[in-house]
Amino acid sequence: MNDRTVAQRPAGTGSTGARAGVPAARPDSEAPIPPTTEADRKTVVRPGDRIFAGLATGSGIFIVVLIAAIGIFLLLQAIPSLALDKVNFLTSREWSTGDVNDMRYGILDLLLVTVVSSAFSLIIAMPIALGIALFLTQYAPRRLARPFAYVIDLLAAVPSIIFGLWGLLVLGPVLTPIGEWLTSTLGWIPLFSKGNVSIELGGTIFTAGIVLAVMILPIITAVSREVFDRTPVTHVEGAIALGATKWEVVRTTVLPFGKAGYVSASMLGLGRALGETIALTIILSGTGAAFAWSLFDGGATFASKIALAAPEFNDPRTAGAYIAAGLVLFVLTFGVNAIARAIVAGHKEYE
Amino acid sequence: MKTKRHGAVLGLIAAGALLLTACGSDENTPGAGSTSAAGDSAAVPVECGGKSNLSAEGSSAQKNAIDTFVQAYGQKCAGQNLAYNASGSGAGVKQFNGSQVDFAGSDSPLSESKGEIAAAAERCEGNPAWHLPLVFGPVALGYKLEGVADLTLSGEVAAKIFNGGIKKWNDPAIAALNSGASLPDKEIKVVYRSDESGTTDNFQLYLETASKGAWTQGAGKQFKGGVGEGKEKSAGVAQAAGSVDGAITYVELSFAQDNKLSIAKIDNGSGPVELNEETVGKAIDAAQIKGTGNDLVLDLKSIYGSSTAGAYPLLLATYEIVCSKGYDADTAKAIKAFLTVAATTGQDGLADAGYAPLPKAFQEKLLTAIKAIA
Repeated sequence: MNDRTVAQRPAGTGSTGARAGVPAARPDSEAPIPPTTEADRKTVVRPGDRIFAGLATGSGIFIVVLIAAIGIFLLLQAIPSLALDKVNFLTSREWSTGDVNDMRYGILDLLLVTVVSSAFSLIIAMPIALGIALFLTQYAPRRLARPFAYVIDLLAAVPSIIFGLWGLLVLGPVLTPIGEWLTSTLGWIPLFSKGNVSIELGGTIFTAGIVLAVMILPIITAVSREVFDRTPVTHVEGAIALGATKWEVVRTTVLPFGKAGYVSASMLGLGRALGETIALTIILSGTGAAFAWSLFDGGATFASKIALAAPEFNDPRTAGAYIAAGLVLFVLTFGVNAIARAIVAGHKEYE
Repeated sequence: MKTKRHGAVLGLIAAGALLLTACGSDENTPGAGSTSAAGDSAAVPVECGGKSNLSAEGSSAQKNAIDTFVQAYGQKCAGQNLAYNASGSGAGVKQFNGSQVDFAGSDSPLSESKGEIAAAAERCEGNPAWHLPLVFGPVALGYKLEGVADLTLSGEVAAKIFNGGIKKWNDPAIAALNSGASLPDKEIKVVYRSDESGTTDNFQLYLETASKGAWTQGAGKQFKGGVGEGKEKSAGVAQAAGSVDGAITYVELSFAQDNKLSIAKIDNGSGPVELNEETVGKAIDAAQIKGTGNDLVLDLKSIYGSSTAGAYPLLLATYEIVCSKGYDADTAKAIKAFLTVAATTGQDGLADAGYAPLPKAFQEKLLTAIKAIA
């Protein structure tokens, strides 16, 4: 009995495929491609090919040169100021650049606040974005999925100053009781301990991280949705044919296929969070105290620190200190992207 | 229940503040400040004409004042306009020295050590640039404290509050200045400007001058007190201070009023002084000038350290930096017309915008300087 059913199945699928015509047509349409390329190779290259190849190569070179130029510019502007720095640039928590003869600045706090707020936002946004993307591609009826997706994309178009004001004036007060509860109940965990700014004013990394999460949500969702949507139908059908439930289909086909895309989408979101400026200058409270690994600390990120000082730059040496900080952000973002690339490259099995 | 009581007190404070300001402007507008200004504006002839679109750039602290001036300028001289880009003092000076704008607005005078004076002289074709302190903005010590509508602070006590020496509202040092007031046992929440600003610079300079050594952190555009928390721009600090009980901040008067902060009186050694047009005018009048001739660089320490009775010492003075000579005829004519309007009829709307109108004696000094521009 068992043997017979197994034997019958491939025969059955084979016949339905042939009747539907789709799998049968596929080899046919793919087959002629290699001969045409071979034929092209023999003929002369047309001007259009040259122009297109030139444009494509040119664009590629242009962006590399541009990024290198940014890097070199930052470096050149930063070096004279770094030479004037009286404390260790990488490990100091001080930031005093007003007196050019006694500049004492280090990026440790900026780096930590930037990384912690971005990581916190990513931890919130990643699962939610995953849920939304799966809902839109797997669960939602088609008719609902499309308008829903547009609405989420719309979130990406909201200016960051709006997010900033919303975070400070609307979300901040709402989060105050939650923050107070967290610090009083879970205060023994360093991450939830009472920070160096007051929770009432809302200028904490906690508020900032949640606002950042909302800001990066549409980016992660949009890219993940596109990737999940491209799960090969054959995989999905195969899983269904083996008797998988909806969740099992998602777990065994959609997620493994889309994992790399989802991770790189998250890294894209992280890049946005690391560089977010205006929203954070509005939300985050400045503080004289050092960052102590609490979500209820204040502080400044690289980008917000630069934005807060930029209008009053009147000395290239002072500006250079901030440019040096910008250079570290540049390297940080570069590192994050490199990690994302490595992850994507390491998960190519679906191709 | 608590919030309700809170609201009632706030309402009272607000109503009180409104009443006070209403009284103030009623008495003062026709009285000391504006009659003289209005009388002068009729007397001082304005020669309209010249370049029809002037450009200026600089301090954001005087943005609203310049807007008022531009409006008055347009009314007096039809078809004439000025574009002011409030990009910050540093940027303004840079653009002025690079001949990109006709004059600069700056919170601080040109710096010798940064070569700004030399660069300005070069821009003005070998003539010195003049500083015209045209816009004075009183800085309020705005606070929010339930049940305390009337508070007096001295320079020394303010310095200790802003550098953490005094942490509670019922500190004996505060109580000594406010006998009879019931000060709560509450922590003082200091709110400062997280962005770099001329207001912070001037405030710290004031503390340094008036604190009898209690402020040792020095001045500068970054807040150096080391306590409290920073918020962005005047709007941010005023909003934050207005949203939490026990907060205090330093902010331009108009922002303090908009956010219904109570405003502390300052005791400069000869009794508590309320912040109003008259007391600020008195302080400006008492100011000494450091510059020579028509270059009206102010000696800020003479304002901040002043113990003149009834003078409110905490002011932000911002300059218009202009060439004494070296403009082409068209530009010079327009600049003179604009500055004349600004120093006369332009003063009328200043109080509403949160600035202090120029007292008469000082106004005359300015007009002399403006007339001498060629």
